[in-house]
Amino acid sequence: MSVSAIQTLGVGHVFGAGETAFAALHEIDIEVRTGEVLLLMGPSGSGKTTLLHILGGLLHPTSGRVLLNGQSIEHLGEEQLGVLRLKHFGFIFQSYNLFPTLTATENVLVAFDLMRADLRRGRIRARELLCQVGLEKRLDAFPNELSGGQKQRVAIARALAGDPQILMADEPTAALDAESGHRAMELFHRLAREQGRAVVIVTHDPRILPLADRIIHIEDGRIVPAVGAPL
Amino acid sequence: MSVDAAASLFPRLALWRAGLTGLIAWRNLSHDRVRFAVTIIGIAFSTLLMGIQLGMLINFMHTTSNLVDHSGADLWIAAHGVKTVDLATPLEERRRFQAMATDGVGVAEPYLIGFGFWKKPDGVRETVIIVGVEPDSTMGQPWDTLDGINVRDALLTPDGVIVDRLYAKKLGVTQIGDTFEINDRRVRVVGYTSGIRTFTQSPYVFTSLRKARSIASNLPHSEKAITYVPIRLAPGASLEDTRGKLAARMPDVDVMSGPEFSNRSRAYWLFSTGAGITVISSAILALFVGVVIAAQTLYASTMDRLPEYATLRAMGGNRFYLYAIVIKQALIGGAIGYVLGMAFVLFMVWGGREASAAPEAPLWLVLAIGAVMEVMCVLASMISLNKVTSINPAEVFR
Repeated sequence: MSVSAIQTLGVGHVFGAGETAFAALHEIDIEVRTGEVLLLMGPSGSGKTTLLHILGGLLHPTSGRVLLNGQSIEHLGEEQLGVLRLKHFGFIFQSYNLFPTLTATENVLVAFDLMRADLRRGRIRARELLCQVGLEKRLDAFPNELSGGQKQRVAIARALAGDPQILMADEPTAALDAESGHRAMELFHRLAREQGRAVVIVTHDPRILPLADRIIHIEDGRIVPAVGAPL
Repeated sequence: MSVDAAASLFPRLALWRAGLTGLIAWRNLSHDRVRFAVTIIGIAFSTLLMGIQLGMLINFMHTTSNLVDHSGADLWIAAHGVKTVDLATPLEERRRFQAMATDGVGVAEPYLIGFGFWKKPDGVRETVIIVGVEPDSTMGQPWDTLDGINVRDALLTPDGVIVDRLYAKKLGVTQIGDTFEINDRRVRVVGYTSGIRTFTQSPYVFTSLRKARSIASNLPHSEKAITYVPIRLAPGASLEDTRGKLAARMPDVDVMSGPEFSNRSRAYWLFSTGAGITVISSAILALFVGVVIAAQTLYASTMDRLPEYATLRAMGGNRFYLYAIVIKQALIGGAIGYVLGMAFVLFMVWGGREASAAPEAPLWLVLAIGAVMEVMCVLASMISLNKVTSINPAEVFR
């Protein structure tokens, strides 16, 4: 049974102050549930990335509340939010953001190290995660030896290291060919369906719409209804 | 545990935990080989300069007070205003008798230091420092003698002198028994010492007090000429009390403890002549060069890695995790550069062991330079830490 993983209540965000103030988000109310893949779509500058920052505990909203498992988190300090991100969120960045000097296994191991896990067991788990995403033959490869799709799968394995409740991905298919993009989306879908994670994806890519459970369109910092989108 | 409590525990432990930060630091540092080489060479160069300069300083300190430090005397009586042990001025021998009559004095012996011109077989003259002691004296005799010679017998040998092996070539000595002239008086080399260097590069020539009195050019050729009275305290006597009594009895001479005379001798050569200032300022300059090179390369390395640090922050890594990486980078770079530089220093110390002026590298100096280099590298990394602190984790989504 799906439950609310993260929820915003009347969230707004204003960058700057005075005459230069710019309102990026207005009164956003959304709820992300476990087991679903939610797409955030909208034109550039619409506020979807700001919303992703707020949902992921990377940015404090200037108004409204953010609830993680029903608990308010918008008042937490930077270091406390860091702990929350570590425990509850897995991030997959647009350009993967792998450490170029570390192997695929070591890149995943970093996440275990951040959690202060035992590194011997962490290494075994990192290899298991890489095998799960189909990289069993590239465990010791450096990022510059991997294709775009393989890099992204390393990033996904890294995001899964902490067994997060919520996965947040920024344009995960933007740099992938159609087949790799489709495979990545299938993986996200499986992670949501089979493992009960909430998956939030910011994207412009219309190819992945069929694999989403829900789509939220944002324009000028407001949620707008979309025609023909799956519900 | 609540979120707040967990957050407060995290930072303090991250820096000291053996985790991946060391590996990340090493890979960050060594990834760009040219920059890595520049960092290591800079730190090694800084270590080398510091090691040599401070090693020379220690050598200077030892050589300027050698005679005092190895004399075995508790107190010294010298003519008023003597600046350093080597530049002695005459002292009346009655001072020794006055000292012997003072409570607390166990032994007071005559000691003479003078200059002479050592004439080599080819006619070339070298300035030497003549050190005259009684053959039976208990203080001020030559030390570290070679070939198992008996110092007393050597000094009792007519015209006998003992020189250091380091200066044998300079003095034209090829073997024991060679004869020379000092101030036109015959002397015979009857023994060697090992490693008794002089700051002025005028070798010490140890001889009997009687012979020294007859050849020292700067002193009246008197049967009673001396320049110092080294004193050993009577058993149980207080150094301060005895010194006070000696000073009261002889207000027109200087009465100093061994360490005081040693420090006065060192201070004269090192600071009055500027030699010490030059060496110390060179060492500081070397440290500064090391700091600048390390800071510049560490900063550049950190700037290159900012996106990765931002990623770590976005993933939930705390500031201290990032600090640990940057500081470990500094420590690793410092350690490698230090080991390389110190290897050169030790090689130069080893190579200079037979030279008349050579740097010294006692264990404490080797360890101290290592500590200074590590602290210096960590300080140099502080600029980078400032940059890391200001990272916005949301940057990774832009």
